[in-house]
Amino acid sequence: MANLTHPAKPAKSFDFYSTDPTSHVDGHHDTGTMLGFWIYLMSDSLIFGILFAIYAVLGTNYAAGPAPADLFEIKKILLATFFLLFSSITYGFAVINMQQGKERQMTTWLLVTGAFGIAFLVMELLEFQHLWHLGAGPGASAFLSSFWFLVGTHGLHVLSGTIWLAVLLVQVQKHGLNEDNKRRILCLSLFWHFLDLIWIGVFSFVYLTGVLL
Amino acid sequence: MATQTETGAEHFADITNPVHWFWGKLNWDIFPFYDPLILGTFIVTIALGVGVVGWLTHKRLWGYLWTEWFTSVDHKKIGIMYMILATVMLIRGFSDAVLMRIHQALASAGILEFLPPYHYDQVFTAHGVIMIFFVAMPFITGFMNYVMPLQIGARDVAFPFLNNFSFWLTFAGVVLVMMSLFVGEFAATGWLAFPPLSGLEFSPGVGVDYYLWSLNIAGIGTTLSGINLIVTIVKMRAPGMNWMKLPIFTWSTLVTNILIVASFPVLTATLALLTADRYLGTHFFTNDMGGNAMMYVNLIWIWGHPEVYILILPIFGIFSEIVPTFSRKRLFGYTSMVYALCVITILSYLVWLHHFFTMGAGADVNSFFGITTMIISIPTGAKLFNWLFTMYKGRIQFELPMMWVIAFMITFTIGGMTGVLLAVPPADYVLHNSLFLVAHFHNVIIGGVVFGIFAGITYWWPKAFGFHLDKFWGTISFYGWVGGFWVAFMPLYILGLMGVTRRLSQFEDTSYALLFGIAAVGVAMIAIGVIAFIIQIVVSIRNREALACGGDPWNARTLEWSTSSPPPYYNFAHVPRVYALDAWDHMKANDAQVPKEGYVPIHMPKRTPSGLIIAGMMTVLGFAMVWHIWWLAALGFFGSIAYGIYHTFDYDRDFYLQPDEVRAIANGRRPVAPAE
Repeated sequence: MANLTHPAKPAKSFDFYSTDPTSHVDGHHDTGTMLGFWIYLMSDSLIFGILFAIYAVLGTNYAAGPAPADLFEIKKILLATFFLLFSSITYGFAVINMQQGKERQMTTWLLVTGAFGIAFLVMELLEFQHLWHLGAGPGASAFLSSFWFLVGTHGLHVLSGTIWLAVLLVQVQKHGLNEDNKRRILCLSLFWHFLDLIWIGVFSFVYLTGVLL
Repeated sequence: MATQTETGAEHFADITNPVHWFWGKLNWDIFPFYDPLILGTFIVTIALGVGVVGWLTHKRLWGYLWTEWFTSVDHKKIGIMYMILATVMLIRGFSDAVLMRIHQALASAGILEFLPPYHYDQVFTAHGVIMIFFVAMPFITGFMNYVMPLQIGARDVAFPFLNNFSFWLTFAGVVLVMMSLFVGEFAATGWLAFPPLSGLEFSPGVGVDYYLWSLNIAGIGTTLSGINLIVTIVKMRAPGMNWMKLPIFTWSTLVTNILIVASFPVLTATLALLTADRYLGTHFFTNDMGGNAMMYVNLIWIWGHPEVYILILPIFGIFSEIVPTFSRKRLFGYTSMVYALCVITILSYLVWLHHFFTMGAGADVNSFFGITTMIISIPTGAKLFNWLFTMYKGRIQFELPMMWVIAFMITFTIGGMTGVLLAVPPADYVLHNSLFLVAHFHNVIIGGVVFGIFAGITYWWPKAFGFHLDKFWGTISFYGWVGGFWVAFMPLYILGLMGVTRRLSQFEDTSYALLFGIAAVGVAMIAIGVIAFIIQIVVSIRNREALACGGDPWNARTLEWSTSSPPPYYNFAHVPRVYALDAWDHMKANDAQVPKEGYVPIHMPKRTPSGLIIAGMMTVLGFAMVWHIWWLAALGFFGSIAYGIYHTFDYDRDFYLQPDEVRAIANGRRPVAPAE
């Protein structure tokens, strides 16, 4: 096993303090942001994990109230799903344009992405309104509590993402595609695709199984 | 929906009434000053507060505090602020402990029950919440913040602004908990607020709401800080410092923050769901409409057990730094130490159910969790043997930190053994919820975490301030704490075996009086320890000239000792290159000299008030939600988001420290606050 505390001496002597400016570590902080954002997304996925677990345990406790098959309008949900899936593709186009330095095209694709995001949110609001009018609010049963919270938390994330997108568009207008803005667009990209992934889980686990089973 | 509106009617203020619309549930009756104890505490607190504010104003220190501390993004200053916060809260949490010990001693002897049951319940809840969330957590976060970047040769953490923001979020949680003492009430549910007791039906007051908002706001801060410190370790190590050259405290910081990021979101989600049950009429954990209270118990312990290791792993790291330094040897079994940390990290997720064997999950489930619990003692035992073998044939110096280590090794081992005992499900059925359990976890938390905190404070204080802590008062504090611990908690083991359950404020039988009396004597001894600790700090500050020390007063082994004490705010004028484990020891052995020239511009973050402002708005949000002042809550919520967005419009967040400035500071000029 290698000696951890007393390594063999190099040919010259140990170069403990490099004063050569080219090899100098000047403490730039930027390199960690993407990793940090990944870790944040992992922590956020735990929150969704808990909400899914809650839904798995409580999702059949209807308390003599409505069950998924009575409530879900699967075709509308499918439409909303496609809005969100397409928004991921369009975000991808935006990132490609960003990497090619095409600010205008990127802005256009981001606007399209935002429009899809808003369309998804509108569909979700309509669904919630529909449920509310049926008397299937979050307080009606444990199933509905866990349903509203799982879907609602995802919706809140999409809303935050959309607001973030709007803020970023303003910032790109103001400062152009500088390093900071590029990094932010990439972070939001991660966030946006992450929400898509969560939604695929919600769609299969909540809506599809709810209607089929 | 019927039950929801019925319970809601009494709980929610009538917002059509303009007075209630404006003030929410606030009115004159919420101040618990009919209780002379609280009134007295209130008067003393206000007097102290006015005294401190007056003194700071008189000394014209507000500007200094604002620029050098509150808005600072320097990891060292933030670390020290965490430590100060934790020390203040230690005194608060300890006062609760004193109240409980005196009450139980008097009540069990049939003399007097001076705390009414409802007040007593709040006291033990506040004691638990404060000691875990606002004493132990800020202490370890403080250590990790202060020491870790220095150990890896970094100039700050990865996200300096986020670090400041995390601190103020923790502070926001503290503000809400402290406020509950005088404005309204605190939860009377026990420190984890199990439903259905903590639900609206059985806790209609604001106590649980204070609990929920305080912990959720502070918990967000903890998660952010966890992300920050992981990225710092992964991305900002000095050149040459590969994973197996990482100082062991930094390893423990890494695994601890992985635990934080992988468990605090669970707490956030769980508390948010309980909040929803209380505010939105949902049925996650209620008795009716399909809710499942045991779901909460499972979820909160899925966070809660890793939390125990979040507290103890950095402390293991502290001991692993202290033992080699004062044994004048390298750490025995560094590699096995690292593996033990990682194994404990993983296993800590597989034991949560041992907190409720009595739930009735069945013999197979209980056996699984009983066995995983016992397995954790193996890596922990490996660590203890490593410390012992480090000391073996070492030239041990009995400085204060080393004394705490010895006390820890003995006390913690006993606590660990009672823990293995409790891990046996049949034994747990007898001992569950008894004072035996209370004695067990105090045995590991005081014997482990608290002793480790004092060891760490005495060890790194010279680094942070450039002078030693007074050894005489430190020794008194040591014997007060260690002796007091044994006298206070051994009787509780016996009482637990006799069948006394925890959280009792009334007693039928006076035969427990002697043991409760002894426990009260123990807490008096600990009080001596606490007071001596404060005297120690005051005396040391007064004698700082005589106690002054250089950069490396303990002749230690890791990089934090290679810079001056206290370090300049950029930590290292020249970032060291690492060739070996215990890099500083290796550098000393090879006669490394810090170059006096060749300074290059240093890239540093600027200070910012954004963290304080956003956290302040979130405090307002929490307070307004507790008291149902919806307009103010909306203001706090949207205000904090708007300010957060405003903050992102600031692109000018860092500056370059010029070589002349670095040279001047390196040559002994006092560093002033970094630029605006």
